[in-house]
Amino acid sequence: MTAKVEVRNLTKIFGNRSNAAGELLLKGTSKQEILKKTGATVGVDRANFQVEDGEIFVIMGLSGSGKSTLIRMINRLIEPTHGDIFIDGENLTKLDKKALRETRRTKMGMVFQDFGLLPNRTVIQNVEYGLEIRGVSKEERYDKARKSLSKVGIDGYDDQYPDQLSGGMQQRVALARALANGPEILLMDEAFSALDPLNRTEMQDQLIDLQEDLNKTIIFISHDLNEALKLGDHIMIMRDGEVVQTGTPEEILTQPANDYVEAFIENVDRSKVLTASNVMIRPVMINIDKQGPRTALKQMRDNEVSNGYVVNNKRELIGVVDATDMIELIRSKSTDMKSIVKTDIPKTDVDTPVSDIMDDISTSTIPFAVTNDKNQLQGIIVRGAVLGVLSGMEVSDFE
Amino acid sequence: MNNLPKLPLADWIDKFVAWLTQFTGFFNGLTNFIGAINSTFQFIFDLLPIWLFMIIVIGVTYFVNRKHQRWSLLIFELLGMLFIWNLDFWRDMTQTLSLVLTSSLIALVIGIPLGILMAKSNIAKVILEPILDFMQTMPAFVYLIPAVALFGIGMVPGIVASVIFAMPPTVRMTNMGIRDVPSDLIEVADSYGSTEWQKLIKVQLPLARNSLMAGINQSMMLSLSMVVIASMIGAMGLGTKVYFAVGRNDAGNGFTAGLAIVILAIIMDRLTQSLIKQREN
Repeated sequence: MTAKVEVRNLTKIFGNRSNAAGELLLKGTSKQEILKKTGATVGVDRANFQVEDGEIFVIMGLSGSGKSTLIRMINRLIEPTHGDIFIDGENLTKLDKKALRETRRTKMGMVFQDFGLLPNRTVIQNVEYGLEIRGVSKEERYDKARKSLSKVGIDGYDDQYPDQLSGGMQQRVALARALANGPEILLMDEAFSALDPLNRTEMQDQLIDLQEDLNKTIIFISHDLNEALKLGDHIMIMRDGEVVQTGTPEEILTQPANDYVEAFIENVDRSKVLTASNVMIRPVMINIDKQGPRTALKQMRDNEVSNGYVVNNKRELIGVVDATDMIELIRSKSTDMKSIVKTDIPKTDVDTPVSDIMDDISTSTIPFAVTNDKNQLQGIIVRGAVLGVLSGMEVSDFE
Repeated sequence: MNNLPKLPLADWIDKFVAWLTQFTGFFNGLTNFIGAINSTFQFIFDLLPIWLFMIIVIGVTYFVNRKHQRWSLLIFELLGMLFIWNLDFWRDMTQTLSLVLTSSLIALVIGIPLGILMAKSNIAKVILEPILDFMQTMPAFVYLIPAVALFGIGMVPGIVASVIFAMPPTVRMTNMGIRDVPSDLIEVADSYGSTEWQKLIKVQLPLARNSLMAGINQSMMLSLSMVVIASMIGAMGLGTKVYFAVGRNDAGNGFTAGLAIVILAIIMDRLTQSLIKQREN
């Protein structure tokens, strides 16, 4: 994996005496103390992270956590006080004005919370803006702007003014404007926060769809954890200008770094984030190629279950056997386990979100079998475990 | 009680003006230049037949208001211009109009760049603000004295005094318009890699347009208010009629000439106002 964007010790101190404040910060003085002594406010305190090529990296935090300052330092709308930003290995903080402008023009596009459409320009002129200032010819920039608008699904509004469009459409235009430049990196600052919930969900889905074929590196700012969990390949949680935790959505949910993150994730709709693999438990597995009816029955008795999951040597799922059927089979002195295996059983893939199979789990009489893409049995899902995990308990409590 | 010697401020100013008068070449050149602009306007107005002038004014008003027609304004303009023509004030009116247009044009050419400078630099703002206050609050009569010393008698010193008195609103409103552009739009311009110049031309000035137009409108009205004062030093036009009427205690002619100024003011004001409202509709 290559890091497209790497941020090292990025710090922003607001105020006149930022140097003195910076020294105090390095000595470990608290922010309140620094404010008292120097009058300077620490906006972002030594942030370190890497964003991989083609991923969506979500920076999360409440207002005042420094996330907006941080994203603005990445394209230097706000000048960092300390620290480095590397894009493709090039240190952005060392660039002069001209080189910085060039980087902004070609490598990065930004989408803002309040859309930032220029009210005196039509939709198409807004999308052309980035190309226009680069001196791209009229035909070419029209062409690119048109394509970009089509990509986000805005057709037939080219000559309207922004205030004639709904919020959702305005933000699509803003997204189209960012994409028209063909940037490798998209900076999205609370891009969907100003939209109503329905529009927001729609835009999130659209972004995920778009990302499938665009493969941009996206740094996305959000204060909504559900949004972060839905979009992010990695999530970084910030508080008071400090990075609290960085990880995949699953890591954040399952191993919160501290009480703050834990409190944060308390209200999350876990069913949307957790997949079958997060709620499955170890099944009683019977290898039909090795075991006979007696060992199988013993194994079920030892584990106090009435169902055994039958697999072959390659661990491929065949079906389920019932303990009562097994006793019958032993009584009739047969060893043909295949005759009593029920193959018509509910099963699901490891990556299926729990929310998708919730209804089926709650109505099914036997536990769901969870398999991977090679049909190998990975685990089973029992009703109790699902409910428990969704309410914040550990899946191991149910094994 | 007042034992302190009187400050020789008046002497200093006299000396300064006297010092300035030695640059005769420069001021003569400037006088010719401003005079040429004014004469060009006057030349065009003299060339136009009165009926064509009326058609142009009404036509422009019609065009500017095409999305939201104001018939009452068109009728007022027609009646107003017929009134001025009927009272034999036509030539005076065009002289006044030339003076106002020339001084507004100069105020604009100097004022807008100053306004931009003031918006971009806080230091410029701190320096310019008190100067603008001074220019606006100093009684306009006072400007006539050095104006005569430097530019002689006639239209040009009147125009110069008008420019000094009328320019501040253009500077202020340009500054305000640019500073009021929402910061997120400035961020947009920056984040896409605009140069300072591109940001100014493509984002700030277009968005400051209404405020800028309001400033120009104000400057025009202020320079129109200077015409009577300017007539004291020989600037010809409607102001002269009023000035003479005052001297002769001639209420009738004074009021009719005054009315002509009012009509001219209303037409110019409504026309520039329409230009501001044009985009809003």
